[in-house]
Amino acid sequence: MAHEQHNYLNHQKGIWSWLTTLDHKRIGIMYFVAIMSFFFLGGVFALLVRAELFTPGKTLFSADVYNRMMTYHGAIMVFMVIVPGIPAIFGNFVLPIMIGAKDVAFPRLNLMSWYMLMIGAAITGSTLFLENVDTGWTFYTPYSSIKTGLGVIPMVLGVFIIGFSSILTGLNFIVTTHKLRAPGMTMNRIPLMVWALYSTAILQVLATPVLAITLLLLIAEKTLGVGIFDPQLGGDPVLFQHFFWFYSHPAVYIMILPAMGVISELVATYSRKVIFGYTAIAYSSLAIAGVSFLVWGHHMFVSGQSEFAGVLFSFITMLVGVPTAIKLFNWIATMYKGSIRLDAPMLFAIGFMFLFTIGGLTGVYLASTGMDIHFHDTYFVVAHFHYVMVGGTLMALMGALIYWFPKVTGKIYSDLTGRISWVFIFSGFNVTFFPQFILGNMGMPRRYYDYLPTFTELNQMSTFGSWLIGTGFLIGLFGVIYALLKGKEAGNNPFGGKTLEWTIPSPPPHENFEKTPVLTGGPYEYR
Amino acid sequence: MSTANHTGGFHHAHHFDSAEHQYESSKQGIWLFLVTEILMFGGLFVGYSIYHSLYPQVFHAGSKQLSVVLGALNTVVLLFSSFTMALGINYVQRGLRNKAIIALAVTIACAAIFMVVKFFEYTHKFHVGTVPGKYAYTEELSASGEKVTKVGALLAEANKLSVVEREHKLHLDETEYEHLTLLEKTKNWPLFFGFYFVMSGIHGLHVLAGAFLIFWVLLKVIKNQVGPEYFTPVEGVGLFWHVVDLIWIYLFPLLYLVG
Repeated sequence: MAHEQHNYLNHQKGIWSWLTTLDHKRIGIMYFVAIMSFFFLGGVFALLVRAELFTPGKTLFSADVYNRMMTYHGAIMVFMVIVPGIPAIFGNFVLPIMIGAKDVAFPRLNLMSWYMLMIGAAITGSTLFLENVDTGWTFYTPYSSIKTGLGVIPMVLGVFIIGFSSILTGLNFIVTTHKLRAPGMTMNRIPLMVWALYSTAILQVLATPVLAITLLLLIAEKTLGVGIFDPQLGGDPVLFQHFFWFYSHPAVYIMILPAMGVISELVATYSRKVIFGYTAIAYSSLAIAGVSFLVWGHHMFVSGQSEFAGVLFSFITMLVGVPTAIKLFNWIATMYKGSIRLDAPMLFAIGFMFLFTIGGLTGVYLASTGMDIHFHDTYFVVAHFHYVMVGGTLMALMGALIYWFPKVTGKIYSDLTGRISWVFIFSGFNVTFFPQFILGNMGMPRRYYDYLPTFTELNQMSTFGSWLIGTGFLIGLFGVIYALLKGKEAGNNPFGGKTLEWTIPSPPPHENFEKTPVLTGGPYEYR
Repeated sequence: MSTANHTGGFHHAHHFDSAEHQYESSKQGIWLFLVTEILMFGGLFVGYSIYHSLYPQVFHAGSKQLSVVLGALNTVVLLFSSFTMALGINYVQRGLRNKAIIALAVTIACAAIFMVVKFFEYTHKFHVGTVPGKYAYTEELSASGEKVTKVGALLAEANKLSVVEREHKLHLDETEYEHLTLLEKTKNWPLFFGFYFVMSGIHGLHVLAGAFLIFWVLLKVIKNQVGPEYFTPVEGVGLFWHVVDLIWIYLFPLLYLVG
């Protein structure tokens, strides 16, 4: 190399400079490494759970081990991968650059969020070696509070600390978006990714404290026996579910809104067109965030709540479909007559739209109280939320990875590798989860270790699909390593993006911008 | 550059335009954090109101057992501490270092008084057995096969004694004896003390955290790291302290007075 370019990667050297860094870009990379490790672990558990279900009865493990693997798969994937995933990795990296800021508002708090995730993950993970937990990721009372072992306490404490990490990241993003925008960057000119992250941050700040108190109450129940969730002492175990879903339903949108932000960026860039309905997409993010607080009751249609509550929650739940459809139709309208390039990120974006639509439509089934009684706690639900959360978030995560990889590392991610990975993940995903809709409709209950022999073929198909997904992600990982070692130099703007991060060198310099940019127009001015 | 009694050495961080810009951003961050605190306690308040409507008599009998005098004393102490905290911020902003040190020290002292009073309230409850959930019960079963509460056991002992002996041996005066008798007749009464200990306990932890933070800014005042040009940490900690105070202002009537 003739002359070494000065950027955030070589600004300081040594592992210690990374562990104490206050640079949002480096923190984003640290999140990437951490969250991908959790993802690998959660994925291994998923493959093991599916392998166990290859035949009815005992295939590989005892029922006890199965329950634990299912619990760890859920808890790791939800709390450590999908919830922090896109905001913590890509939000940290691109949000300040996209609005023309030098850093997030509170860099030290940002680093602290990362350490909190690490500490929380360590405490939660320690239960794997101390006392395994078999409650499922929802920790439902009374099983978690009365029946099962004390491992629930460190598990829940870890999740509590991870929740803090989430709150602090959200708080940081809100203040950054409010206060650090470059001159001319009005709220109606910020990229849609930023709108999505901003709406997510509001959810993180407003919903997570309720999870915190719920988990504290569960710990109090377990240690002091306060009786709030214990019917023998006059409490009500269903209250836990109300509290839990008051957080965890908005959390579903904490998982999906950033993914929608990614898709907006990808669709605009790879269609070479001004995004259709910028304001509609932007404000529908806020609308989704708002409505998400009012729908938790649909998790409890069969818990004995009043019929009136059931009807009300059913109605409001279906209302979420409106802003979601607004986004989807606007993406399609953007693609209409665009110069579409089917590069790997765009394939992932289209995959997202396809899978998320199936997930969303089956959500309408579940929101209808009558249908829900049939589908409740069957594999239909499992298929539905995997289509939404995995098909949605993970497709967007892969798309974001390939799209911003050149900006982050200065190297191009091989598009061919990306496409092969997409073929495996997308087809594997449908092979895994589509049969589960049918299984659910036939009556196979979720969470169970065993099933009737009639369900065998569809379960085997599903397990086979899980191997395809696993292969797809391994190919994706190979792509990362290959690009780091042998990738071509990227240049500032390999994909012709129009947002601010493409105006600076790749990898970006330590302070992002030599001179603070001044904005004179919107984010997607193609034609 | 810094001199004895002002903070001329302060520079804003590189990603802000000015000190003013940084101050406004920090303030917004602190307010957002306080929102999360309110929401967290909000969960407890929701739980409280649900169970209050389910078991009004439990909350009636339970709140009688709490000492309104001690609760009111603590309310006054906290309100006064909010006043001294506000004074402290004001003194720091005006560069009156010595007065600020006194005001902040008094605030910490108030936090200490609050915790000492709480200590006496708690220990008394351990003594009579008005504790949450499963700890309210003894190991034995009564003749009819029902679980015996610690309060029940204490009352059984008290019933064998005269009024004077109760006072002397069991530290039970006549009013408390009556209140405990009423409590014991109410089904599921330990639920009230579950709420009492969880709500006042989490609030108490916040008082401790607040006192620690005030001590931290007190050190900053002593070391001249804050002053008229830069007082964000003092103001932020002050806002946190006011919220801790505010939550107690709701907890006191809910727990001590609604009965």
